[in-house]
Amino acid sequence: MAGYETVEHDVLVIGAGGAGLRAAIAAAAEGVSVGLVCKSLLGKAHTVMAEGGAAAAMGNVDDRDSWKVHFADTMRGGQYLNNWRMAELHAQEAPDRVRELEAWGALFDRTPDGRILQRNFGGHRYPRLAHVGDRTGLEMIRTLQDHGIHQGIDVHMEVTVLTLLRDGDRVTGAFGYDRERGRFRLFRAGAVVLATGGIGRAYKITSNSWEYTGDGHALAYHAGAALMDMEFVQFHPTGMVWPPSVRGILVTEGVRGEGGVLINSEGRRFMFDDIPENYRGQTADDAEEGWRYTQGDKDARRPPELLTRDHVARCIVREVREGRGSPHGGVYLDIAWIAQKLPDAKAHIRKKLPSMYHQFKQLAEIDITSEPMEVGPTTHYMMGGIRVDGDTQMSTVPGLFAAGECAAGLHGANRLGGNSLSDLLVFGKRAGESAARFARENRASTVDEAALEAAAREALAPFDRGTEGEGAYQVQHDLQEMMQDLVGIVRREDEMERALEGLAALNERAARVGVTGNREYNPGWHTALDLPNLLTVSEAITRSALDRKESRGGHFRDDFPEKDAAFSTFNTVIRKGEGGRMELGREPIPPLPPHLAQIVEENR
Amino acid sequence: MSAPETRTAPAPTAGGGMAAVEAGARAAAKSDRATSSAAKTATFRVWRGDAAGGGLVDFTLQVSDGMVVLDAIHQIQAEQANDLAVRWNCKAGKCGSCSAEINGMPRLMCMTRLGELDLSQPVTVEPMRAFPRIRDLVTDVSWNFAAKKSLKPFKPRAPDAPDGTWRMDQRDVDRVQEFRKCIECFLCQDVCHVLRDHHKHDEFVGPRLLVQAAMLEMHPLDTEDRVDDLRRAHGIGYCNITKCCTKVCPEGITITDNAIIPLKERVVDRHFDPLAKLVQLVRGRKR
Repeated sequence: MAGYETVEHDVLVIGAGGAGLRAAIAAAAEGVSVGLVCKSLLGKAHTVMAEGGAAAAMGNVDDRDSWKVHFADTMRGGQYLNNWRMAELHAQEAPDRVRELEAWGALFDRTPDGRILQRNFGGHRYPRLAHVGDRTGLEMIRTLQDHGIHQGIDVHMEVTVLTLLRDGDRVTGAFGYDRERGRFRLFRAGAVVLATGGIGRAYKITSNSWEYTGDGHALAYHAGAALMDMEFVQFHPTGMVWPPSVRGILVTEGVRGEGGVLINSEGRRFMFDDIPENYRGQTADDAEEGWRYTQGDKDARRPPELLTRDHVARCIVREVREGRGSPHGGVYLDIAWIAQKLPDAKAHIRKKLPSMYHQFKQLAEIDITSEPMEVGPTTHYMMGGIRVDGDTQMSTVPGLFAAGECAAGLHGANRLGGNSLSDLLVFGKRAGESAARFARENRASTVDEAALEAAAREALAPFDRGTEGEGAYQVQHDLQEMMQDLVGIVRREDEMERALEGLAALNERAARVGVTGNREYNPGWHTALDLPNLLTVSEAITRSALDRKESRGGHFRDDFPEKDAAFSTFNTVIRKGEGGRMELGREPIPPLPPHLAQIVEENR
Repeated sequence: MSAPETRTAPAPTAGGGMAAVEAGARAAAKSDRATSSAAKTATFRVWRGDAAGGGLVDFTLQVSDGMVVLDAIHQIQAEQANDLAVRWNCKAGKCGSCSAEINGMPRLMCMTRLGELDLSQPVTVEPMRAFPRIRDLVTDVSWNFAAKKSLKPFKPRAPDAPDGTWRMDQRDVDRVQEFRKCIECFLCQDVCHVLRDHHKHDEFVGPRLLVQAAMLEMHPLDTEDRVDDLRRAHGIGYCNITKCCTKVCPEGITITDNAIIPLKERVVDRHFDPLAKLVQLVRGRKR
């Protein structure tokens, strides 16, 4: 076969966003050798896009906060499908993980007495998000990157992993290629941590970059690991809608946290029209109370714009469908109105939301300090992913770990804003430590040359077809259109059945894709190799969504619009079955232990 | 927002309301004009080739003003040249991946709107020149990552509180936030003549890493001393303050005035202040 370079590490981390970096740092701290692989340059992963902040119950702004309230908020937001052990560990450990970043150089905004400032966010009862203006993600990834490069980690930039190596049941490394030259590289490892992020590129309108093609999900699936909760895709309520080239780019929830309101074309603040029963007691009675909440009044309750993302997104879809949308098919998000409340509103908005100001000014020629934005839902986050053990983050395959967005469990049916940055810190660390322990006891083993050869042959096949095959971009484009239309925010059985037929056809087209040019930095080839992963996760999403005949969290069925208690007792699980067919199952959720049940009860 | 609020229903509508709708409709119309939905044709003159050499290739396509240069490159990639190499990620000016030279100016392709370019002429898009070429618009920027490692890392003072945390004033934090905004697009490195024309990569770390050094030196908690390194290993003396880096920074960081000059002053204070030299000499003799 074509030659390949071999590198060996105790722990191989795939993905260098927040979770991957944190895992690599944790593994290195255990004294094992660590390799870190990323598809892009270091520090460019999607974590940089996170704007709002990292949720951690430090209680710096409101001392009524505690891990117990954070736990209860996370479970309520996830509609109780969460892996409760993960929700517990996350709430307990997030404060230490955030403070640790400060010891590594992160600079969060401060309270008047000099501690880390925390802001309000949807679904969090108290101000809980540690933040830096609206560029918290950049602050976090840069802190982890600048700390990580001094920990003896070998970074393999611009490398794509094609397949995981196995020895019996155990994962023992990975095989991929460097994007720059197109040369194959074999990574032998005692343990592998997947931290590959999300699946946003399966949809047409998304806040995700080209990288988010479900690689980790697909790698784990093909290695025999179980995926879970794949029906739960988060559509962020506020993405840009105009001009077309920026459609989908995120507009931070922080805009609403700072007092921004959603308005339809009739001038009505429609979020007051539909407040879910389980949030009624926590939601403001009127606009005045909502405003006071955003300004830190501890006696006020949150405005309905800060309800959970799934709900806000659906309300926007309803307004648009019923003819009350903005000119380009969204609704208005208005922060400029706070000039009625604050004397120096324009300067205040620029200070609190600098990236948003910049983004709209430059890309849409809109001044958000004097004009409302047009916004609409955008595919943002995958709650589902690789099924893992809550304490160790090990998947159902020995030696294979997962952390961050590509792992499932913490967020259940819907993720609260701010819980992903803390997720990747808490579980990145745990995954790195567990993987290091596993690697110490399980060294790299023999390599199955035949498997490598098959993987290399498959990867190069598009070149053999050359111009005779269809281009990868067209297939990817058609997949994105189809998933957007048929398995999007509002789902129906007949549409999803059509999606399954469509996926079968797209799979056939993907198998015949051709690539021109050579192996050096060839995006056409890269796209061709991402396609199978996108198709795998799309099928997993569709099958899971078909099976859940109810509406819950990020999953909304037009034909089953209500929540059904019968569906509250299990997680949907996807596995690769005999003969390579995708199999769906239901795994019962273990009952909450008494101490956690009590916390949920106390915080109803 | 001075227009009176008219409401269609007695629902609570603090602020916003019809005034927002009217402002929004105006903004949408304005933005429509800005993006002039009528398609037109433009030519992009894109550098194609690899380390061995290459040249400019013209691509003509239908465009609209709302598009950015990166959209045009993607369209070329999808329709005319599947293998056109380009780096990109966030497409929102936050990750700093899609750096290139557009009509000769170092810029982010994702933040350069076609509406601000003269489309009656071909738009040239070339890779950054300060770094080795890999293919098409992609250059080898790994030197920046290696050079960063040569900076002494952050070293915090002992925690201020028994629980291991620190107290910082917002004003002290604000002072370095400008430097922490850096998205590592390396456009400042690209435009710096010390690197671009004189290829002093071995002796000079460039504006990006001087910003990083300034961030560390002015960090409210940091206790490390990088002044000697700045003078010797990092070659700060090579910078002769032409401010080209500041001009191209997409984050608007005042690189020269706020980062490099204060660092130069620290170097001068320690190494070239005659009074300090004298004191050092005297103290040295005493020892």
